[in-house]
Amino acid sequence: MLKVGLLRYTAIRALMIIPTVLILYTLVFIVLRVLPGNPVLAALGTKNIPEEQLQALMRELGLDKPLYVQYFDYLVNFIKGDMGKSMIIRGRPIASDIVDKLPATLELSIWSIIFSLIIGVGLGYLGARARSDRVKAIIRLTGSIVFVIFIPALGLSLQLLFSKYLGLLPTGGRLSTTGYFKPITGIYTLDALLRLDIPVFIDALKHIVLPALTLGLVISGPYMRLTLNNMEEIMESKMIEAYRARGVRDSKILRHAFRHVLVPVTTYTGLQFSLLMGGAVLTETTFNWPGIGTYLVDKVMYRDYTAIQAVIIIFAIIVGLTSLIVDILYALIDPRVRY
Amino acid sequence: MMRAQSIFTILKNKYIATGLIIVLVFVFMAILADIISPYSPVDPAGPPLQPPSRDYFMGTDNLGRDVFSRIVYGSRIMLMIVAIAVAMSGAIGTMLGLISGYLSGLLDRVLSFIMDSIYAFPSLILAISLSVALGASPINAAIAIAVVYVPTYFRMVRGQVLSIKNETYIEMAKALGLPSIRIVLKHILPHVTRTLMVVFSMNSADAILTEAALSFMGLTVQPPTPDWGFDLYKGRGFILLGYWWIMLFPGLSITLLAVGFALISEGVSTLITARKR
Amino acid sequence: MEVLTVNDLWVKYYTISGIVSAVSGVSFKLRKSEMLAIVGESGSGKSTLGLALLNMVPKPGRIERGEVILDGVNILKSSPREIVKIRGSRISMVFQDPFTTLDPLRKIVDQFEEFLIEHGVDKTRARSIIKEYLEAVGLPERVMYSYPHQLSGGQKQRVSIAMAIALNPQVVVADEPTTALDVIVQKQIMDLVDSIKEKYKSSIVLITHDLALALERADTVMVMYGGNIMEYAGKTELYGNMKHPYTRGLFEALPRILQKTLPKSLPGNPPDLRYPPPGCIFHPRCEFAMEKCKSEKPPLIEVSKDHIVACHLYG
Repeated sequence: MLKVGLLRYTAIRALMIIPTVLILYTLVFIVLRVLPGNPVLAALGTKNIPEEQLQALMRELGLDKPLYVQYFDYLVNFIKGDMGKSMIIRGRPIASDIVDKLPATLELSIWSIIFSLIIGVGLGYLGARARSDRVKAIIRLTGSIVFVIFIPALGLSLQLLFSKYLGLLPTGGRLSTTGYFKPITGIYTLDALLRLDIPVFIDALKHIVLPALTLGLVISGPYMRLTLNNMEEIMESKMIEAYRARGVRDSKILRHAFRHVLVPVTTYTGLQFSLLMGGAVLTETTFNWPGIGTYLVDKVMYRDYTAIQAVIIIFAIIVGLTSLIVDILYALIDPRVRY
Repeated sequence: MMRAQSIFTILKNKYIATGLIIVLVFVFMAILADIISPYSPVDPAGPPLQPPSRDYFMGTDNLGRDVFSRIVYGSRIMLMIVAIAVAMSGAIGTMLGLISGYLSGLLDRVLSFIMDSIYAFPSLILAISLSVALGASPINAAIAIAVVYVPTYFRMVRGQVLSIKNETYIEMAKALGLPSIRIVLKHILPHVTRTLMVVFSMNSADAILTEAALSFMGLTVQPPTPDWGFDLYKGRGFILLGYWWIMLFPGLSITLLAVGFALISEGVSTLITARKR
Repeated sequence: MEVLTVNDLWVKYYTISGIVSAVSGVSFKLRKSEMLAIVGESGSGKSTLGLALLNMVPKPGRIERGEVILDGVNILKSSPREIVKIRGSRISMVFQDPFTTLDPLRKIVDQFEEFLIEHGVDKTRARSIIKEYLEAVGLPERVMYSYPHQLSGGQKQRVSIAMAIALNPQVVVADEPTTALDVIVQKQIMDLVDSIKEKYKSSIVLITHDLALALERADTVMVMYGGNIMEYAGKTELYGNMKHPYTRGLFEALPRILQKTLPKSLPGNPPDLRYPPPGCIFHPRCEFAMEKCKSEKPPLIEVSKDHIVACHLYG
């Protein structure tokens, strides 16, 4: 049911992403380039280079041109798909690295959201059905506390427990089996399913469980309170009373109430997606998960400014796109939304 | 009289009380570090990689330093960075929010758009990038964290200003003469302070986690300065070999301090909603 | 032939601040095709009474005592499974606020169909029933495929009414069905309710705060105050022979077109039902209150045929 209104709404919102991305790019560009210090020297970590070599290097990386030229040049190239070349690893195009690693981050994010919804909405739902106020208060409190757990602490603890002491799960990486597996999308769990390769699927799952559970558990906090409060409100509403007066079964009523809860849950997911991204970077660093997060942190350590710039732009686009997707989902769930 | 009564109710709130106790424990830890700490945090106190024992309450790290001492002194860096960051972003964000909300017009629109863009962007990632650009040092980390959280305060204060403007604007229009900025501030500030309390406490919790994340990536201090996240980062390799105490105590400290602030924020917001009823 | 009999119904709410006696010993009988109007101010217990008729009193409320006998069965004693079958099919309810009682996320047809299927109607038959009853309430067929927010208040209320009569219940409880609507729509809806009474021979319990509406439309009127019955009589009898001071007070408070003076409103406020006054619950506001009224609760006195008053003035 593709409505013209919806398409137009999508198009307008998609265009709105551009100014936001530009603002962030500008901000980071200013901070990275305008501040004193020669970026190449910082990247190489030494001051002892013969002058001609330094100049040659700068020319190669395009850093000898005036700042505003660099600003626009990079933008134009980015749109064409050229994200620049790494300052550290000579001549290596950043775009290919990013394309390589993006699916890993995507996979982690998706599984984390799945876990967070199961845990967060699940507990919130159980809390709403519980009779005792104490249980409800405990669930709300759990939601608040879980949200502020330091991710590396949780991650390393889980790793220690499950990998080292119990030996149930692998310590790092995305797959243990090497060689024959050929990915399609880069999301290994999905690819394994698409290829009907169950052993690989289980292997990929084993590798992603700990990182996704870590991030998912932390992110699940706010959902607990959100779901609990909304379910309670809905169950006391006149609408539910009317359902009951018509003799509709309790189990069906719960299902309808739940659909209403999806609305604030979706809205919240959209709003807090940026938090998920930050958490994903931290989780990747903790588990050495080969996604954009670790890529960023690596580049950070080596002061590879061009790469950092590129990653910022990518993230800004991702955030904009997810916000758009969530808005569309919301419009699909709630027929009252006007577009 | 009403003031004294409300302070009492504030402290009676279970969440605020617990949270405050936790935070104060760490604050005292930082202040009295020289007295509490059994060993020096930077010099080796004994053999490396010793598990917790009577001599070394939380064990020793890979360089033989007493973990407990490092935790105690680490609270200083953590609290210092967070305090500076929150103070800066609070001051700047509030000021800009007041100005933007009051003056409206093009300035407001432009400023709001910029702030919204920063706000929508993942704070940690931005903080990392800024830290890198500025160079790794405690002050720079504080600045990076401050920049990231300015929009939080900006939006809240601006929102309050706008709602008050709509309410009292009519009254002011009736009262002849231009409303002076001082009058507006006097009306707005009491409303703002209440919500500011919630934002401050929640923001502090966030700032703690951001600082810890930045140190976990080596962007705050240089060795041998004790910093909880940094210790976690340096000790990673050893952790997976089974030397759990190197990770647990810094990790717990970070989480606990953040939980303390989160509880305060919980308590304050329940008080506010109770008041509204 | 009585379709609905209510015997000595007591409903209390166990709240944090005290036990509220919302309904205190109400009894009445309802015949086939009869419209009984239950009139009272807010807090009189009339809405709670309405919910009790479907055994739907929400927590922290509890039905303490009494019987609600529908077609020979005391539904207060029915099991959860049985009551779910009874609601909507043998006794149904139309609510006050049309804007919140339909599920905004689902189409009318989906909600209506589900309700019918839950009561055992098969899918094809359900569709034709929906069409039939939407027509009966004066709505075009296309309304079926709309979402609630696309309809006006009056249209939404008609949909609710259609659902309330679709399974031909013996009793329809209408709780302030027109209060949220404007005057013109009010008349349309009440005309519709009248026609339903005629056509389907349903009995209607009309809960309202508007005495004028009750006197205009209902067959019998029951006046409630503070959870107690004050007066009960047939419409014409009540209109010509108003006995209870409260009823008179309500009547005099109604504005009239050719009146030269302002309508007289009752002094005082409705009682705090956690601590109801002793004796007659109305005595603090009654201009005819005697010593007896302050200590003894007045019994229900039959003043003339089928006309009951709870007042010491007639004892």
